[in-house]
Amino acid sequence: MSDSRVSLVAGPAMVLPGDDIDTDRIMPARFLKAVTFEGLESHLFEDDRKEAASRGLTHVFDEASRRTARVLVVGRNFGCGSSREHAPQAIRRWGIRAVVGESFAEIFFGNSLMMGLPCVTISAADAAQLRSAVESDSAAPVAVDLEAGTVTAGGLVCRTSMPESARQALISGAWDATGILLADYDVVRRVAASLPYVTGF
Amino acid sequence: MPQTLFQKVWDRHAVRQLPNGQTQLYIGLHLIHEVTSPQAFDELNARGWPVAAPDRTFATLDHIVPTGTQLRPFADGMAETMTAALERNCRRHGIPLFDLASGDQGIVHVIGPELGLTQPGMTICCGDSHTSTHGAFGAIAFGIGTSQVRDVLASQSLALTPFKVRRIEVNGQLGPGVFAKDVILTIIGHLGIQAGAGHAYEYGGDVVDRMTMDERMTMCNMSIEGGARLGYVNPDDTTFAYLRGRRFAPSGEAFDRAVAWWRQMASDRDASYDDRVVLNGADIAPTVTWGINPGQSVAVDGRLPDPRELRDPVDPMDQTNQITEALQFMGLSAGQPIAGLKVDVAFIGSCTNGRLSDLREAARVVRGHHVAPHVRALVVPGSQAVRVAAEREGLHDVFRAAGFDWRAAGCSMCLAMNPDRLNGREVCASSSNRNFKGRQGSPTGRTLLMSPAMVAAAAIAGEVVDVRAWGAAS
Repeated sequence: MSDSRVSLVAGPAMVLPGDDIDTDRIMPARFLKAVTFEGLESHLFEDDRKEAASRGLTHVFDEASRRTARVLVVGRNFGCGSSREHAPQAIRRWGIRAVVGESFAEIFFGNSLMMGLPCVTISAADAAQLRSAVESDSAAPVAVDLEAGTVTAGGLVCRTSMPESARQALISGAWDATGILLADYDVVRRVAASLPYVTGF
Repeated sequence: MPQTLFQKVWDRHAVRQLPNGQTQLYIGLHLIHEVTSPQAFDELNARGWPVAAPDRTFATLDHIVPTGTQLRPFADGMAETMTAALERNCRRHGIPLFDLASGDQGIVHVIGPELGLTQPGMTICCGDSHTSTHGAFGAIAFGIGTSQVRDVLASQSLALTPFKVRRIEVNGQLGPGVFAKDVILTIIGHLGIQAGAGHAYEYGGDVVDRMTMDERMTMCNMSIEGGARLGYVNPDDTTFAYLRGRRFAPSGEAFDRAVAWWRQMASDRDASYDDRVVLNGADIAPTVTWGINPGQSVAVDGRLPDPRELRDPVDPMDQTNQITEALQFMGLSAGQPIAGLKVDVAFIGSCTNGRLSDLREAARVVRGHHVAPHVRALVVPGSQAVRVAAEREGLHDVFRAAGFDWRAAGCSMCLAMNPDRLNGREVCASSSNRNFKGRQGSPTGRTLLMSPAMVAAAAIAGEVVDVRAWGAAS
């Protein structure tokens, strides 16, 4: 399982500004019409990108200098709304390997964890500094270190927080939980047999 | 020691502690649909795993189902492919599928309760964030992503961390023209859309105690819009009366034994909560969202906020940027009244407000009137059973006579993964649950969330109106 361990993500970063970015914006529902997750990355933030282009602006996901970004910096409550895993799937398939934000919506956080995509939280003050560091230099490397619990960018060092269970799952490579859940299925059977609604009252 | 329902249900379903400190939780009911399950089945099939408990797994079609003509193959090739994939996966794994021919098809959160599958004291999962709806029965019910759908299919369990519990009490009386939708929109507006993170919301107080199951479902449904992955109401006689006689509910003496067990799963009177919030029902008005998230709402006789008045440079939770962005997207001005805002489309339906009682309330407003000439209006029953029951009462005639389109059951224009959608900058008075940018199928479309009665009134007036004044006039 060594190749599934996620303890350090380092590389160029990009900032997606704004709070309460919902999963309908990350991945509009019409692109959920598919039986695989393949190719979803090309529709990431599609409506926001088109809207920006229509005003003569360039959305950060269309900036050539950010195409190699591995770390995505977001605001508060990122990924709220729908449970669609298509949202973090598209982000990961685009090339992002870690998301740093002020807070995350719960289902988004869990879905990301299930595919080995860490979402780490930093303070609002640190986030402001990180945003300006990343925005001023697209080549500046940012390192998300799950072992040390830090995000570093140049001289800036931010303390991260993340539920310990999620951190453990990532650094030990055990984020794909199915095997673990199946490890002792007899115990699951025993719990089921103890529930009156399962046994028919 | 006194416990909350959440703690009792959690403890009864805990399988074991996992190496990373999480709890493996047994899932008593797994509901699946065509949109978030195909990739989960593919992984299961690739790994050669069977479905652990096909008898505790139930499927239906709702998100992509066209609500006009439903002849197969569907005109939308991808809708047909996804439907066929679900049919194939259910057949292969022996999972019951409530399909279009069954008479039981509908939005997964409408049919679960309707069939008596949803019961107190259960753990319930579905690859859909509005699974919180089932909490109305005193179940621990929450939405999951596709990888977790795979986990539940394979192991009938999930790796989870316990939630905190926030008790939200609504006391006193609701005024006329004020519905469960207004209560939950007010709660979300009051607490904000981020407040629920890490929490289960327990709804109680006189107002909730007096609510019907349909109303409690509307409340619990939108817990996720307040950031809470699950919300619940303690089971009581209203709950048990609803369940009696339902197809999958226990019957005969087993029903009485079930009631005894269900009753003891309710929160103890002196249980302690991580937080408590109290609202007065009399303070709640018919509520309308004006912005791009469900927390941006205002009483129908109120005015939109002015970010210039609210700016607080030292408050880290300052909302002024969001308000400015929302006003811009919606094309509205700070301080303008919400009443009188012109609407182009009226949508009655969804897992929030697509049940029989919702259609009755809307029909009461509609009867004897006609939809404004510039408004496109549709009613989409939450399930085939709701549609049949409504037709038995003649509600379809009331809606049709008023100029509404009467459709077949599905998620429809709530998320527009089907032919029902907004065009361009249309403004939609909607009984659904989300007003995010682009939610109703047009990237520039605009959604105003409100109760079904308010949608009905807006359809007829052609603009946002106060349903309380409507009642007096008609």
